[in-house]
This record gives sequence, structure tokens and C-alpha cells, in this order.
Amino acid sequence: MHKLNVVGKRSPMLDALEKATGQARFTDDLSLPGMLFGKILRSPHPHAKILHVDLSGALKVKGVQGAISGKDIPRKKYGIVPMAKDEYALAIDKVRYIGDEVAAVAAASLDAAEEAISKIRVDYEVLPAVFDPLESMKPGAPVIHEEVPNNISASIRKEFGNVEKAFLESDFVFENDFETQAINHAPLEPHAALSTADHSGKVTLWSSTQIPFFLRRNLATTLDIPESKVRVIKPKVGGGFGQKIDLYAKDFCAAFFAMKMKKPVKFVYEREEMFTSTRQRHPFRIRLKTGMKKDGTIHAQQFRAIADGGAYNSTAPLMITLACYFIMLPYRLENLLFEGYHVYTNKPVGGAMRGHGIPQVRFAVEAQLDMISEKMGIDPLEIRLKNAFLAGEPHPAKLLVQSCGFSDTLKKAAEGIGWAEKRGKLPFGRGVGLAGASFPSGVSNMSHISSGAVVKIERDGSITLLTGAADIGQGAETVISQIAAEELGVLLEDIRITAADTEITPLDPGTFGSGVTLRAGNAARMAASEARGKLLEAAAEKMEADIKDLEIRDRRVFSKENPERGMSFQEAVKVYQYSDRPMPIVGTGSYMPPAKEPTTLLKEDGNFSPAYSFMTQAAEVQVDTATGKITVLNMVAAHDCGRAINPMLVEGQLEGSVVGGMGQALYEDVMTEKGQVLNPSFLDYGIPTAMEAPSINSVEVETDDPEGPFGAKESGEGTQLAPAPAIINAIYDAIGVRFNILPVTPEKVLEALQKKE
Amino acid sequence: MKHILKLHVNGEDYEILTEIHKTLLEVLREDLGLTGTKRGCDLGTCGACTVLIDGKPSLSCLTLAAAVRDKKITTIEGLAKDGELHPLQKAFAEKGAIQCGFCTPGMILTSKAFLDENLKPKEEEVKKAISGNLCRCTGYVKIVEAVLSVSEKQ
Repeated sequence: MHKLNVVGKRSPMLDALEKATGQARFTDDLSLPGMLFGKILRSPHPHAKILHVDLSGALKVKGVQGAISGKDIPRKKYGIVPMAKDEYALAIDKVRYIGDEVAAVAAASLDAAEEAISKIRVDYEVLPAVFDPLESMKPGAPVIHEEVPNNISASIRKEFGNVEKAFLESDFVFENDFETQAINHAPLEPHAALSTADHSGKVTLWSSTQIPFFLRRNLATTLDIPESKVRVIKPKVGGGFGQKIDLYAKDFCAAFFAMKMKKPVKFVYEREEMFTSTRQRHPFRIRLKTGMKKDGTIHAQQFRAIADGGAYNSTAPLMITLACYFIMLPYRLENLLFEGYHVYTNKPVGGAMRGHGIPQVRFAVEAQLDMISEKMGIDPLEIRLKNAFLAGEPHPAKLLVQSCGFSDTLKKAAEGIGWAEKRGKLPFGRGVGLAGASFPSGVSNMSHISSGAVVKIERDGSITLLTGAADIGQGAETVISQIAAEELGVLLEDIRITAADTEITPLDPGTFGSGVTLRAGNAARMAASEARGKLLEAAAEKMEADIKDLEIRDRRVFSKENPERGMSFQEAVKVYQYSDRPMPIVGTGSYMPPAKEPTTLLKEDGNFSPAYSFMTQAAEVQVDTATGKITVLNMVAAHDCGRAINPMLVEGQLEGSVVGGMGQALYEDVMTEKGQVLNPSFLDYGIPTAMEAPSINSVEVETDDPEGPFGAKESGEGTQLAPAPAIINAIYDAIGVRFNILPVTPEKVLEALQKKE
Repeated sequence: MKHILKLHVNGEDYEILTEIHKTLLEVLREDLGLTGTKRGCDLGTCGACTVLIDGKPSLSCLTLAAAVRDKKITTIEGLAKDGELHPLQKAFAEKGAIQCGFCTPGMILTSKAFLDENLKPKEEEVKKAISGNLCRCTGYVKIVEAVLSVSEKQ
């Protein structure tokens, strides 16, 4: 490959100055003349029949223009996974958790909307509720959805190899239980939606969404109108981390009221609603049995994983499939039996969150690997290196791993944290630990599989790039523009990108499953390549040269053989134009990953993702044995992201993801009592602040993946798989106590230290 | 009930007819169209609504607009001087300290007030200064780097 000019540069995000000056517009920053304000009435009961909703009180409040409940809306279920639709935009007949949507109002002011909500009378028949997934799975437990009498709404039982035989062949067998907690994504921007509708019945929705095209589909479904009548526009989105992939009541209600009243309507969630009524990381109960050979080979693993799904499915079947398949990487494992269950409870709803089902099982594997290595007297780094999967090996689950820098991430993370000098050698209270992981670069999204792009070379030599990819703050627009600029031989500043408007931009699966750079990047590269080819054809004609001999770099078209011969990019555009070719020069691209839809993998084998990223996190911690407080001093994030399109943005992804992972190891927990969230605020929930943030060393391990655009793969999501086990393993090194339940709070540390004495 | 509220924001005098119970955040966003000030929690817990009141970082969601009528208020929109961006705005953009950008206005204003009082801060002091401003994207690393880079130039 020739020297890269734009790809690989630490370019600031294209919209960074807009964000630094307050000019960037998020959904709640938008307003339209005559706009109404909406509010949602939520269930106070974890499980109840709705007998009657009386909206008359609300309608009498001055300024109120509309009020609806479940019986007023189309009886159309939606869901992110078509096979698992189980939710109405507003509850019909029954509420299933505290915070479930019951009714909504639209009013001339927010004050009026709030008052109106308090005037709605709902008669409930309270039903027995169930809060523990193990209780929920028992016969006779309250049934949460009538169609799922056993409350197990998604399950997977998958065997690779011969697990029974493999355990018999194993020299040592280890069996442990692990538990993880509910985590809220806590993006800083609250969910918001603004909608208008015209007299033809067409709805336009601005929404804080990660996946505009899925939102369009779910909105069309729930409103019971054709997709062509729905236009979704994504303004700036203030973080998502998976929480903004679902349709929410605010999207539906804004659109429904807008259609009904022909006025713009805006809904914005309060922070409390973000905690109680959006999505969260599934708490898992895990039993993990591992069979080891004497030489340290992982020979067999058996999983029983129970995910507490809360009241609805969201991504349930996909989440449980991810959890299963990503036990098969980053270590070589011939024999796995994975039984996974997604179980309904009367609690807040589980959904996709950075890592999506994998951090929970990865925590179990990585924590147990350290126990195993101790018992077997093998260094935890050595045992991981010994079992590390290598690129090009045939994979027992038929995953196609074309690039894999896992071993290098292990070595570099160990080196970065000072493994050789520190492991087992630091004074009591201080320790180091590490953990590895792998993640897909692009999960095939059900029915929105391919990513499209359009590149237009304009008369002045500038480039217009259309992509459906959704930048939610990770820098997708910058990275995709870098890819297009590189392919076209122009500068990054020549690109104007329009992203994520379902009426203008091509279809894209959205920010989902870490596929944006790979999917949308490949599509943009293909579109750029096509436009480039058209331009070069005209230039070759004029230069009387072979098109294959022409190259474009730094806005200059030239002959590779004789670089002196050439013309400026803009001149080439003029040549093109004067040869009576159609303007603008349009190139289109579409990329479909060579991978199966994950839900088909519930039953059959196949490749999960176009590429796989690999990572190791290493942590150094200090435990205050008097207070139980754990301080993470250093983290090393070694990540094989293929080729980094923009190393500065990759580092930003790693750093943010590491700190999020640290929160999950030590602080964060959406606590509930009888289905009621006890800590629905930043103050009570406690995401890490700058004070807790450790020093982070990001190490990029470049592998140049053949499938990725310019060799790029996933970067930020997989990083959140291993910080928690790395920290937990470091705590063991520090104080000799093993924690199998997250988070590890000071109380738990003190209790464990007392027990130890 | 509405009243006439006189506010001094970003060097301009405003006279607004607005509800007496409104917070400064509401008045800035809804009456003055200064939407650079963000509403992240409305409870004073995230720092996204931080503005400067007489140069001190303050949570506009917990401040009644009527209570600051005699004060000088600076929002993110008022930080650039004569078309020249504040060094912190440039540094945040160039150092990758901005991802989703929702915490950015509050983070920059808190940092500005801090640097005005602390010419050569240590890393730990910067972290402490911005600890009331939450960020879920960056892990704070590049934000701290950006603030320190500006202090070095001062």
C-alpha cells in the first residue's frame, strides 16, 4: 500500500469547534414555532393490569392540547430484533415494571404538561410481581408476558466439540459462580425527540438516536404507516453507548401527537427516567466450569448464564448469542457448552450496552483464569499467551479471523503495567492484574445489513459525502471522511459530510455492534473509488494516458510513471465537465459484511462478524485496607484495532471505555427494591469523575485487517469487556481476596478483609 | 406569573418578560436561545449546565434567573473574544478532549474559571477542579491534557 496521507492522522473531529463553542445542536436544542411539550405518565407498580385510564382531568388543564393512553394507539408491537417484538409504545392492558409508559400528554408549556400528567387517573389491578430471575424461571412464577409462560424469552444451547468427553479428558476441573450487576449507560444527553407532521401524513422526527433507520422502521410499525411516511433526522447525539438504539415512548408520542395535532411536539426525558425507563446492562448469574490440561491448555468450558432481562426483550436473542460466541475468542477453545437464558422480571429493561452481553461472561472467564493459574502454578500472563488464538487458525465455531493481534496485546499490556517487576511482588495492598477479550467489528443487523454511501465530486473540486452512519460522539463522521478523502486523494477539509437523515442518506445499520468504521467506512471507500474512477477516466483521455497509470494525491492527478505529468484535482474536474460528462461526479458504494445474522447463529454455525478486534487491559490498584477504598492507579489498554484511521480518536475511545469499565468494576449498580430503582440520579448512582480516573496508557496494536477499510477494525466497545476482570485480578494480587460479584465496593472489601483475618 | 427580568449575559444587556420561577438554565435556553448551556440532569449533579456568574462556575439549573439580575453571566457562546476562540476551546478541539460534546461547554467554563485563578496547576488540581463536571465519553484523560496544555502557554 502506498503512503497514506489522511488515514492515520490525528485529526480533530470535524465538529469539535461547533461543540466547543456551543453551536452544536442536540435534539433538545431544537425548537419550532408553535411547538408543544410532552410528558409521559409512568406506572407506579411493577406488575399490574390497567383497568381504566381517565384522561379527562388532564384535558381540563389550561394549555393541554392532547392526552393519550395505550388504548388510543395502534395495537402494534415493536422490538429491535424482529423475532422478539414484545413491547407497545404505550402499555396496553398491562404494565410490567415501575416506569412502564401508561399515558402521555402534549401541552403548550412543560408546566402544563406536568400538571396534566398528575391529573390522569389510572385504575390498576395490582398483580404479583417477580424480581429475581431465578425465581422467575420457576414453575408457578407470575407470568409477565402471556406468550412466554415460563418467562424465558430467549435462550441458547450451543455445543462446540464434545464437552462431556473433554471434561473426562481434563486433568483439572474448576467450577465457580459469578454475578454481575445492572449498569446504566448514563449518556450525558437525555433522550429527546421532536416531531412534525404535514397534511399528507408524513412525519419528520429529530431524535437522539444511534440508529436512524431502525428507528424509522419501528416508528412506521408502531404508527402503522408506511416507512416512506417517516423521516428520521439525527442531530448531534450526546453519547449513547447502546442505550439509544431502541425506539422509546418519547419518539412514538412526539410523532403521534404531531400527526394528530399538526403541531411540532417535543419530548425530553428527565434524568430519573433515563435510569428507570430506558435500558441497562443485563445483570448476569453465571456458573462456569472449566477443564484444563496439565500443560495449561483450556480444554473445555461449560457455561450456564442467566440474564435478568427486566420487563421486555429489547435485544435479548442477540445479546445472549453474543455472550455465547465470544467465549470462543480470544482463546483457542475446542469444546464449549453454552446454555444462556434471557429471563423476564418486573424490573427496568436490559438492552445493548457497550460490549453487549460479553463483559459479563468475560468477567467470569478472566477471573476464573486467574484462579486456575494460581492453582496450577502458571503465571496468568503465560496461561493466556498459551491459549491465545492466532490469525488464520481454523476456528471451531467457524469464525473467520483474518487478523488477530491478541498475543501482542497481552505482551504489550503486561509490559506497560510492569508485569514482570510487579505481579506478586508489590507490598500488601497494591497489585496488578490483566484480562483479555475479543469483539466483533460489525454485528450484522437484522434486515438492515448493508451500509451505503454516496460520494459527489462537486464543480469546485470539493466532495459531498452522504452516509447513513450515526455519529453519536465517537467521531464516525470524521473517520468516514478520512477514509473517503484518502481514497480520493484529497484533503480532509475538502469533504463535507451529511450523515443520518433517512430521506437523504443511504441505508445504514447505524451505530451498532461496533461496525461503523468497517461497514460505513468500506461503503464510503467504495463510493469514493467509483467517483475517482470516473474523474480519472476523463483525465486519462485528456492526458492521453492509461487510467491505470494515474494516481491522485494531495489534490493532484498525476502519472505514476512520470509524476511531473499531471493536473490539479480541480482542473481534472473541469476537464471532466468540459468533456460533457454528467455533473456532479457521483460514486455509490454498498458494503455487506460477509457474516451471518446473529439470530441465525442460535441454531446453525457460521461467521459472526467481518472482522474481530482483540484487546488486553492491565490494571494496577491500591487498596486502602483501613477504609476498603480501591484506587485504580494505572490502566493499560492494548488494543488490536487493525489500522487506526485516526489514532487520537482511537485513544479517546479506549480511554473512555476503560473508565466506564472501571465504574462497572467498583462503583456502578442500578439498585432496585421490589422493582423500584433506588438510585436514579448521578449523585446516587455515581459514574466515575475525573478524580477517580486513572492514568491510562493506550497501546495500539496494528494488524491491517484485509476486510476493514485501510485495514481498520473496531476500537472502543471491546475495550469495555476486560477492565472489570483486570481490576478484580489486580485486587487479588493486592490483598489476596477474590471477588466474584460486581461491583467491589469498600464495604465488600472491608468485610472480606475481616473474614480473611 | 411573569415579570420583567434584566440580565447581563455575554456582555449584552437583556430585558426579558418571563416567568418569575424560571431557573437561569431555562431563561438562557428558552428565552435567550443560548442552547450551548446544556441540561443534563436538572438536579445540579452533572455540571453540563455550568455557566460563569461574575467569573465563578455556577450550576445554572440550580440558580433562579431572578437572583442573578445584577451579575455578569458568561455562557459558552460568550467565551470567544472579538471572534478569537478562547485557548481552551481550541485546545479541547485539537487534543481530542471532545467526543459527544454534551459536557464540553460546562467543562470548558469550569476550566476557564479554574485557570483564571491557578496559573500553573498540577494534574491533580485540574482533576479536582473539573470533578463536578461529568463526562461519560472521554475518561477525562484528554480533557485534563487540554487544560494543562493551556496553562503551560499562560
